Amino acid sequence: MSLVIEGASLLGEGTTDLYVDDHGMLVDSAPAGAERIDAAGLVALPGLVDLHTHLREPGREDAETILTGSRAAALGGYTAVLAMANTTPVTDTAEAATRVWELGREAGLVHVQPVGAVTRGLGGEELAELGLMHRSRAGVTVFSDDGRCVHDARVMRRALEYVKAFGGVVSQHSQDPSLAGPAACCHEGELSGRLGLPGWPGIAEEVIVARDVMLARHTGSRVHVAHVSTAGSVDVLRWAKARAERDGTWSVTAEVTPHHLLLTTDLLAGYDPTYKVNPPLRPQEDVDALREALADGTIDAVATDHAPHARHDKEHAFVDAAFGMVGLETALAVVRTALPQLSWPDVARVMSATPARIAGLADQGRPLTPGSPAHVVLVEPDAALTVDRDASASLSRNNPWHGRSLTSRVVHTVYAGRVTVRDGALVDA
Amino acid sequence: MKHLLSVDDLSADAIQQLFETAADMHDVQRREVKKLPALRGRTVVNMFFEDSTRTRSSFEIAGKWLSADVINVSAKGSSTSKGESLRDTVLTVCAMGVDGLVIRHPASGAALQVSEWVDASVVNAGDGTHEHPTQALLDAYTLQRRLGSLEGRHVAIVGDLTHSRVFRSNIQCLTRLGARVTVVAPPTLMPSGVGAWSAAAGFDTSYDLDDVLRRDGGPDAVMMLRVQRERMTGAYFPSPREYTVGYGLTRDRLAVLGPDVPICHPGPMNRGLEIAADAADAAQSVVLEQVSSGLAVRMAVLYHLLAGESEGGMA
Ligand SMILES: [Zn+2]
Repeated sequence: MSLVIEGASLLGEGTTDLYVDDHGMLVDSAPAGAERIDAAGLVALPGLVDLHTHLREPGREDAETILTGSRAAALGGYTAVLAMANTTPVTDTAEAATRVWELGREAGLVHVQPVGAVTRGLGGEELAELGLMHRSRAGVTVFSDDGRCVHDARVMRRALEYVKAFGGVVSQHSQDPSLAGPAACCHEGELSGRLGLPGWPGIAEEVIVARDVMLARHTGSRVHVAHVSTAGSVDVLRWAKARAERDGTWSVTAEVTPHHLLLTTDLLAGYDPTYKVNPPLRPQEDVDALREALADGTIDAVATDHAPHARHDKEHAFVDAAFGMVGLETALAVVRTALPQLSWPDVARVMSATPARIAGLADQGRPLTPGSPAHVVLVEPDAALTVDRDASASLSRNNPWHGRSLTSRVVHTVYAGRVTVRDGALVDA
Repeated sequence: MKHLLSVDDLSADAIQQLFETAADMHDVQRREVKKLPALRGRTVVNMFFEDSTRTRSSFEIAGKWLSADVINVSAKGSSTSKGESLRDTVLTVCAMGVDGLVIRHPASGAALQVSEWVDASVVNAGDGTHEHPTQALLDAYTLQRRLGSLEGRHVAIVGDLTHSRVFRSNIQCLTRLGARVTVVAPPTLMPSGVGAWSAAAGFDTSYDLDDVLRRDGGPDAVMMLRVQRERMTGAYFPSPREYTVGYGLTRDRLAVLGPDVPICHPGPMNRGLEIAADAADAAQSVVLEQVSSGLAVRMAVLYHLLAGESEGGMA
């Protein structure tokens, strides 16, 4: 069905009508008999792209499915998400990747792009079938053992070398396991000392980021740093990006999560597992450095690390509870709240265009001009909203934003010309 | 006061009030018939997710001497391994009608979390490396009986601070009662961020035990902490021998201490490692007194939390 979006403010400037034909493409002039959306007062951005989503299917369909995660994504203004590989079974074969891709197509609300595991079973030892996953219909280009770090330098080196054959990228969960083991759950500092929680020091991230950028340089490959959380990592990235640009033969990109831009480690004082996330929430100095790095381009993208968990997986003692928090539905509002000075073109850059480029999704993150697929999100810029974790399309409720007020609201989402969210509600048949 | 989760929940006055009750309970221990009727009809569950014969029996006897019905639940490995959440495990037990829940758990913060889920009064009997408030109370009670008052007294706490809930509770308890505290450990066994923490909480830190024992006439009391066997292979220190030379209460160091300086240890002791046999058995050692004080203090805690008509029952 064709569509006319009337009076939207394109990237926060001017007002324009957007026309969508019945192939879901943006076109020059109003198609006849089109459905209309009144977008007066709303900002139009290209549909958001999430580099880092956990959809839990297959294996933990009680926490999230590809369908429910797609619904949450659409409500958050997303038109594409990258589904992390740490499912059960792991996405480490062409068949597994294709299955995720197909389920995403069936859900039909956003493009679901599988991320392939770097190593078989996330075991950290043998390479998964990276090339076969790339050649499959899913066309996997991003590989990650996320949830675990590819900590063996030799394996990381080989993975970086191998994906060069087809322009792939390795997205690393940077956590040196000898400095921050599996129980590490609280930023190491005065608070972890007082609370008696196993410390997760920033250095455990920084040494892996430093090592990996050197490996990327050595191999002439592409590394992507998932969920950067410390000022020290930002320093390393700043150096590495300058070097990579000069050399022109390798690249390093990085993402930050909305929660690392707004929440700080002191929230752990009450041992509430809602705030247990990996990497952990950091002190204000780190948060400030991350905001600055996102604004100046040292950090390329915002990625949610949406990590839904069933209630009973969080109702344990803090160290035993599952890591992660949901984030798809609130990401844009959190970014706007954390960085009110960020311009709309910058929001579009860090939440849509750049993540699409990193993931190799040519159809996504494009400027809203005729000839592009109509992936559009319409935002009420200054709306105040109070988050209610129960008003969510996700199956899980591990929502750190519950009861907080944020600014900006996703009003409509259009995916390939189809309205998936209208007036803040899902349009799902 | 509904729960005892942390020493931080108690004012200095509340601590002294508990000590007064504990002194009465101490007298009861000397009677032929040790029962008091205070908690008749009350049910106390000792829920231990981690073995501790010593602490569990102390709470068990304390409850029984106060005439409570005491039930021990060994919940070791029962929750995560069976896929049941801690919340479900605890709610199931409390659904049977429990007034007091004494909980020991290997995870820091567990007692606080549990207190948010149940109606019963919760006593933290040790949560991970976080706190062990009744241990701190019994230590302070023991020292106060020996020293008269803790106001202005200097206490040295020596050993594996990072992994010690006894240290974390004692720091709060001793400083609240006016003591000056110096904590001594190798840098690898100092808790992270101890610099900022010690500045805020008002205690001193040192890497040099001999200096602490000699400076300004030495401490008025010494509290030795247990070194866990597994720390010895975790690159925390090079060898047991080196640890003893640097941080053990050896015979030589015992000679430096005055004969009236009480020596505490929460037990069980590694004789010859953190404490020499001579020091453990010295007349000034209060290790056995700590055990009987522990019983009195736990009776006082249960009494204050569970006795009386008024809600919470802080007499
Ligand atoms: Zn991760």
